[in-house]
Amino acid sequence: MNAPLVPLTVAPREKLRLAFTVNEEARDVVVASYKTLLEVLREDLGLTGTKHGCELGECGACAVILDGELVLSCLVAAMECQGRCTTTVEGLREGPRLHPLQDAFADHGAAQCGYGTPGMLLAAKSLLERTPDPSRDQIAEALSGQICRCTGYAQIFDAVAAAARMMRGEPAPAPHLPSVQRGGSDGRPT
Amino acid sequence: MADPREPRAPSPASGRANGNVPARAAGEPAERSFQVLGKPLRRVDALGKVTGETRFADDLAMPGMLYMKLVRSTVPHARILGIDTRKALAQDGVRAVLTGESFPLPFGILPVSQDEHALCLDKVRFVGDPVAAVVATDELTAEEAARLVEVRYEPLATIGSPEEALRVAEPRIHSYGDGGNLHKAVALDFGDVPAALAGADFVVEDHFFYQGNTHLPLEQHATLAYLGTDGRLTIASSTQTPHYLHRAAAKVLELPASRIRIIAPPQGGGFGGKTDPFGHEIVAAKAALITGRPVKIALTREEVFYCHRGRHPVLLRMRTGVDRSGRIVGHSVESLLDGGAYGSYGVASTFYTGALETVTYQMPRYQFRGCRTFTNKPPCGPKRGHGTPQPRFGLEVQIDKICERLGRDPADWRIENAVAPDSLTANWLKIRTIGLVPCLQAVVEASGWKSRFRKLGRGRGLGIAASSYLCGAGLPIYWNQMPHSGVQLLLDRSGSVTAFCGASEVGQGSDNVLAVLVAEVLGIDILDVKVVTGDTALGPVDLGSYSSRVTLMMGNAAVEAAQRARERLAEAVAERLDVAVEHVGFGRGRVFDVGDPDRGMSFADAVQLAEAKGGTVGTVGSYRPAKSPGRFKGAGVGPSPSYSYSAAVVEVEVDEQTGIVHVEKVWVAHDIGRALNPVLVRGQIEGSVYMGLGEALMEEQAFRRLPPRLSRALVHQTPSMLEYKSLASRDMPEVESILIENPEPNGPFGAKEVGQGPLLPIPPAVANAVYDAIRVRVDEVPITPEKVLAALRSPARRYGPASFPHVPWPEPLIVPPPWEGGDGNAINEPGWREQRERQREEAAKP
Amino acid sequence: MMRLPRFRYLAPSSLSEATAALADLGPGAQVLAGGTDLFPNMKRRQQTPGTVIALRGIATLGARSVDPVRGLTLGALTHLSAIEHDRAIAAAWPALSRAASLVATPPIRNMGTLGGNLCLDTRCSYYDQSHEWRTAIGYCMKKDGDTCWVAPSSPRCWAVSSSDTAPVLCALGAEVTLVSLAGERRIAASELFADDGIHYLTRRPDEILTEIHVPAPAEGERSAYVKLRRRGSFDFPVLGVAVAARLGAGGAVEAARIFVGGTGSRPHEARSAAELLIGRVLDDDAIREAAGVIAQIAKPLQNTDFSLGWRKTVAREYAARALRELVPGEGGSVRHISMDS
Repeated sequence: MNAPLVPLTVAPREKLRLAFTVNEEARDVVVASYKTLLEVLREDLGLTGTKHGCELGECGACAVILDGELVLSCLVAAMECQGRCTTTVEGLREGPRLHPLQDAFADHGAAQCGYGTPGMLLAAKSLLERTPDPSRDQIAEALSGQICRCTGYAQIFDAVAAAARMMRGEPAPAPHLPSVQRGGSDGRPT
Repeated sequence: MADPREPRAPSPASGRANGNVPARAAGEPAERSFQVLGKPLRRVDALGKVTGETRFADDLAMPGMLYMKLVRSTVPHARILGIDTRKALAQDGVRAVLTGESFPLPFGILPVSQDEHALCLDKVRFVGDPVAAVVATDELTAEEAARLVEVRYEPLATIGSPEEALRVAEPRIHSYGDGGNLHKAVALDFGDVPAALAGADFVVEDHFFYQGNTHLPLEQHATLAYLGTDGRLTIASSTQTPHYLHRAAAKVLELPASRIRIIAPPQGGGFGGKTDPFGHEIVAAKAALITGRPVKIALTREEVFYCHRGRHPVLLRMRTGVDRSGRIVGHSVESLLDGGAYGSYGVASTFYTGALETVTYQMPRYQFRGCRTFTNKPPCGPKRGHGTPQPRFGLEVQIDKICERLGRDPADWRIENAVAPDSLTANWLKIRTIGLVPCLQAVVEASGWKSRFRKLGRGRGLGIAASSYLCGAGLPIYWNQMPHSGVQLLLDRSGSVTAFCGASEVGQGSDNVLAVLVAEVLGIDILDVKVVTGDTALGPVDLGSYSSRVTLMMGNAAVEAAQRARERLAEAVAERLDVAVEHVGFGRGRVFDVGDPDRGMSFADAVQLAEAKGGTVGTVGSYRPAKSPGRFKGAGVGPSPSYSYSAAVVEVEVDEQTGIVHVEKVWVAHDIGRALNPVLVRGQIEGSVYMGLGEALMEEQAFRRLPPRLSRALVHQTPSMLEYKSLASRDMPEVESILIENPEPNGPFGAKEVGQGPLLPIPPAVANAVYDAIRVRVDEVPITPEKVLAALRSPARRYGPASFPHVPWPEPLIVPPPWEGGDGNAINEPGWREQRERQREEAAKP
Repeated sequence: MMRLPRFRYLAPSSLSEATAALADLGPGAQVLAGGTDLFPNMKRRQQTPGTVIALRGIATLGARSVDPVRGLTLGALTHLSAIEHDRAIAAAWPALSRAASLVATPPIRNMGTLGGNLCLDTRCSYYDQSHEWRTAIGYCMKKDGDTCWVAPSSPRCWAVSSSDTAPVLCALGAEVTLVSLAGERRIAASELFADDGIHYLTRRPDEILTEIHVPAPAEGERSAYVKLRRRGSFDFPVLGVAVAARLGAGGAVEAARIFVGGTGSRPHEARSAAELLIGRVLDDDAIREAAGVIAQIAKPLQNTDFSLGWRKTVAREYAARALRELVPGEGGSVRHISMDS
């Protein structure tokens, strides 16, 4: 075989030395070369906040931000991350302060089991960076790649809208509650 | 232990009387006095969830951890002739290969169906049945080596459907059951239904089919097993039932249960899919014992489809007799369940397809026939609503048809025929509080039903349905006299309270329920309650997160424990303040004299005082439901300390060109008793509506058989997130939720369940709305565009099953209803067993 | 966890390096663009290339030139989301914009490329399964087996072309550039596809699809794409109707091209339907007739979501909806099975 001029080559059983930026910190790790970004984050960096529900790009649980774009870490080869910047759920909060999206998700019941929440948060962050005042429809579209089996989505939409308001400097809205009617057993018509 | 028949949760009334609710200004209504209860507070576990710091089972890792992969059967039904593991063992990095030989003892969730092996022993029963396990230094190596395990099979004929199971007695998938490939057949007569039907003004007969579907929790099952430094085999696993896993692991691994510790980390959704003990959990534990290393297994999505235990596909035949005034005089249900390859909860599921038929509308006589069959498919089990959504769908659609025939408004009919509070049903279930009527009234009002039903014009329609569900099963899974739930409290000098309970947090908010109830009773902030749950070594047994039992059962145990702690503190503080114990109040982190609230101390000081007076402050509470009045065999399924009620109106638009159904809006009302946290309650309701819509419109656990002349294959059609269709964000309509609060004396502070009930009215309400829109009946779910178009084109304007196969029912147990002189016993039980034997022998004759 | 198999990874920084590597390695190598198709297939062991040649280091493949007068040239690595969000593309080539916006999900569109979507592996419910599942059916003709389970007596594979952009680019008269060590060629997009589930591209194994060229819309040219799928996101098309037509002053059709995707192993042209429309105004009659002809082109098989009979039945309706979108002032939204609008 004529060796072509290829700058980066990793053979199947070689380890990959990966230098990239995770949550604004430079990381330099040696990982199995077949790994995806998802596996490196979870297994080599211990950042288990990024979840997985299918590893085939069909659920959105593993979404992270890579060079400013929302991507599915299960479909990004670690080798493709050399020198790039990624943000995971662990990078959302600023010091002890939660990101407004995190506050809103907590207050509006948007995190039920919480397993899809990291991906949802990053998808929402990605939306709000481009669209600070999104409509309900834009929120639904931005989250249309994230499956949630718990909530029915409405409280997630509420949380994203609430976070958008907080990020625009408006007061945080209270969670929307079901209306309550008293009565019961004896409420039968007589 | 206190008499379990006596509900010990304080009702608001008793609270007012004995000062057991936190202090409030005189004359203020009880509802306004709660400090944390009913408030839209951030749940105690929210922080971990929004920061990604919550550790789910697959997030756990240990130094030196090995990875396990299962070799699963690629044939649907076969005898195992041999397994050659040599090539796999020879791979670099492989540490162990296990087969069924290591697990001779069977297990299963129900004592009556111990029919699973951790790895298949002598035969495989469906594509996906685990056969061997490979343990290696990394997961890819384990996966590669797993492909090198050679299994030799002797194929057997496959059973693909219940009809086939009824027809084909041999080969049997299991050697136990009610003959051939029948797992369980039951027959119960509560009054003479044939006579009632004969005397009815008219009888409506329908056939319905409810397709199977699966839980699809976002988190795939994972297990980490290791030998703890305490000498215990520790199994951390995504399980809704750590207690039952504890029992199964001890049995199969032949270890004393005291040397096994089960940890159930928070789960990424369960919905019933993680309520069975699973082979992979036990195999990982064995692998840890063999290798002396921590062993992790994380299932792929496809494997989760093979674990299944989801909604049974059920074929139903329903007959209802109605009198001139429109009242039901008798109702008959026959159900045929496709159980899949193992028992799982199937016997209970079978009874559940009949048990709750009676708890919504007055039904003087009721007859039930249920049959579960084995098929060569992943086992079905409990999914949200366990066994009841299928007959509920049939009943609510049939009522719609009856009302159409009567010319009655189906909302009015339901309101008029609702069962009475504090009554018994024909099948001996004790009904206490009922919010059914207010639920119906609320959705009728909110949806503008009166002015819009049957008036929306072609293509648009409204449908209504109502339902009921358990607040916990009345009986435990294995017979015992012990509590169903226990809570232990430790009060620290700092004023922090630790609440220990074996309950498993699956996402529903059970940790929060525990914190809220303890905080409310002790008058402290919920963040001052540290909850420790899901660990058999750290908390008293709670039977698990199933049958909507945790809020009521754990909740009552928590309230009892907190009351006892309160008493200890009150005693010490009363002494110090020199007031009567009854005059000690708790609230806002203080313990004080209710007559002069400025006289008092911080909660922490009160704990210290109590500790000084009587030693370390720790209390326990437990809960066991009262006995149910039914005494007949089978009466164990259906009783509950309380029933929740729901009603829904669904609005649809149906495209007659394509048959596509768009759900425009859902109004749902739920009888919650009392909402402990309205934000979480809303989430449970909307999540239930979401799942109900998925079942109504698209979710299907469907199987594919290849042409028999070419292949024996029988495979899951869509074992992926992409092709098993569940609603995504753009598919979800607006949902308006309404809570009906009517405190239930048996519930903690009056609370009932909300995790499952609101799913139940959704599929029938969709079907009824489709009828309102285009006047066709789709008598099965999911209501796909194909079926709607087929109904539009059929002369009968209907799509659905047309017949019910012959089932060799056993002689029915005759149980007279309460109003026909019954006492809850079957009057023909003594001779029943012999007769069933005779019937079996006859069925076995060629 | 589903994991990638072991593979060798090459990241050339120029097209010539890439084509040289491809020529060297032959069919054992696979070109990687966004990874949203190749990686799932590798995880399921449907594709097991010894070497993956990643294109993302080749800067020229990401170039984009949008000119409503001279036409549109898109590097093969242009992300689908970039097309979706480009207002100039939406104005001049609305069907392309729409098709890109309907692919899968937002993160998939951020990763997936136009070149990758055109070269998307054909799909089939017997093929898009794990190695173990495929073992259980004895494999299929497309990978490791002999039988096409969709049509067991058939000598060919019936896997389905499931690209949203392919029928649109065909209808728009786009061309693609293919480059190999031997040189480059530019062919009509419609010639890129072959009617076979296995050999579904005319691209040779040593060629790289580098650019997509879409001619500027002629005066009065309109285009539309209608996609049928179960949900408002995620799903591949089970039917995609792409139409482009030039309407004269009075609204009469002067030229038209119609392609149907999602129902065969390639986008199929509905030439007779287009011819039928020439000279006619897009009124209900013309639309009904043409839609009937388009529906005949759609010959679905039982290897995607939905039943084959239903897909056949509704093809006419969806074809009509696509044509109706061409009518000035119409252009309605198409709803999916649930709430998408």
